[in-house]
Amino acid sequence: MSSPRVSSLHGLGHGWRVARALFASQYALMLEYRAEILMWALSGLVPFIMLAIWIESPAGAALGMGPTQLARYFLAAFVVRQFTIAWVMTVFEEDALQGRLSPMLLQPLHPFWRYLASHLAEQAIRLPFVALIASLFFLLLPWAFWLPTPQRALLTLAATLLGFLLNFLIQCTMACLCFWSDRVNALERLIYIPMLFLSGTAAPLEAFPPALRRLVEWTPFPLLVNFPAQLLSGGEVPIAAGFTALAFWITGLFLLMRLLWRIGVKRYGAMGA
Amino acid sequence: MGNPLGRYLLTLRRLWGTALAMQFEYQANLLLEVAAAVTNLLGSLLLLSLFYGGGRALGGWSWSQALVVLGIYTLLEGITSTWLRPNLSTIVGHVQQGTLDFVLLKPIDSQFWLSTNRISLMGLPEIFTGLGLMLWAAGRAGIRTTPWLLIQTLLMLLASGLILYSLWFLVATTSIWFVKTWNATEVLRVALSSGRYPISAFPAPIRRLFTMVLPVAFLTTVPAEALLGRLTMPWLLLSLAVAFLCLAFSRAFWQFALRFYTSASS
Repeated sequence: MSSPRVSSLHGLGHGWRVARALFASQYALMLEYRAEILMWALSGLVPFIMLAIWIESPAGAALGMGPTQLARYFLAAFVVRQFTIAWVMTVFEEDALQGRLSPMLLQPLHPFWRYLASHLAEQAIRLPFVALIASLFFLLLPWAFWLPTPQRALLTLAATLLGFLLNFLIQCTMACLCFWSDRVNALERLIYIPMLFLSGTAAPLEAFPPALRRLVEWTPFPLLVNFPAQLLSGGEVPIAAGFTALAFWITGLFLLMRLLWRIGVKRYGAMGA
Repeated sequence: MGNPLGRYLLTLRRLWGTALAMQFEYQANLLLEVAAAVTNLLGSLLLLSLFYGGGRALGGWSWSQALVVLGIYTLLEGITSTWLRPNLSTIVGHVQQGTLDFVLLKPIDSQFWLSTNRISLMGLPEIFTGLGLMLWAAGRAGIRTTPWLLIQTLLMLLASGLILYSLWFLVATTSIWFVKTWNATEVLRVALSSGRYPISAFPAPIRRLFTMVLPVAFLTTVPAEALLGRLTMPWLLLSLAVAFLCLAFSRAFWQFALRFYTSASS
């Protein structure tokens, strides 16, 4: 007879061991793909291309953002985006189509935990590449160099982690649609478009026409890049509102994802069955 | 069937006929692609419009003129998903599984076979919206259509298509050594997305980079200049020369790479 306190401690220790094993194995797996991960990091170049145009255009100055502020914003957008990216839909669809999902469902572990571990492991490997690209950036544009205040650095870290969680949950929710359709990658293509144009990757949200900006602020997309990037680059940003919106979307999507999963997994008959 | 050109044309017809028949199995996908093409274009228009508020212009290009560039970019994206991506993504698979051997043994040029094997309808919505935008914007910019202008434009679009093909084929060829280079094409695609904007919108060092190292300028800006009737003869000739050089280089590089191909598991 163990007291509830002891068993919950035991459960915690068990959870910790599972998490550590998952992360370590996914890290080892991802380490095999170093070259690909560098390529993925490089394919996030969009903020730099946009920075080049914004610096040259008078539109930046009209916005009240000088070259320094623009350079900082877009570098921050690049860095943040590297750590809020998620690709659950692609992996999940593949696992479902190839029949790898069935053995995963038999394990006493929700498959999404595995994906979460693999995303975090990938981020750990991505980190040095991102640091390298950021150093190169400052070598080329030394006048843009800045260090965020400790407070802003912590807030950025929190916002980026939550932003990643939000993106992860968006992807998980949509991945659940795999139970109904076997062609979810077309949907992923569709979700990629607002991620590019409305998240703040290609332009700071401040540059949007006011009406459109208000509309976009009701969507989760700016929370993925624009909000953490503004925090990091020292821009003016409603901090409390941002974190509230993050909490709101994360909770809502989590509940929706759980619901879709429960209904969907009952429909699941494995591929070819 | 003695003449080789006829043989190649017949092969092409058979290949594309089968590919198209396969595509019609997935009509819902095509509908989604139309939606993707339209929203993608709307996003591009939104980004471009941010540079035009309050009487500003982008790199000396008026709104209509910049739209011609965007139209050509959309057209090229469509060509990429219709022709380049479906074909060149298979090279990686061939190298991985060793089936490249079968391609090399065919009595037909291997680069031709690998580059024309498939065709996808996925890019058609973008091809049409791109062409439409290009022509509509050129009309708005007030061009005077002459036969010479049309010939110039067609020539420059052809050159641009060949350069795009060569770049893709170059990257795909590197899979002979590195096997998994599919992500490298993603980097190429993102780098080429700078072709959404006229080249003069970029700062001078990047402009030079996009003219001399990665020929983005010849992909969209030069054909747009041709359609707008502003292209000078030296640029026209230069563009043709670049296209020829890129194509010749991609061919030489492929033949060079094949010398290192030792089949799978050997």
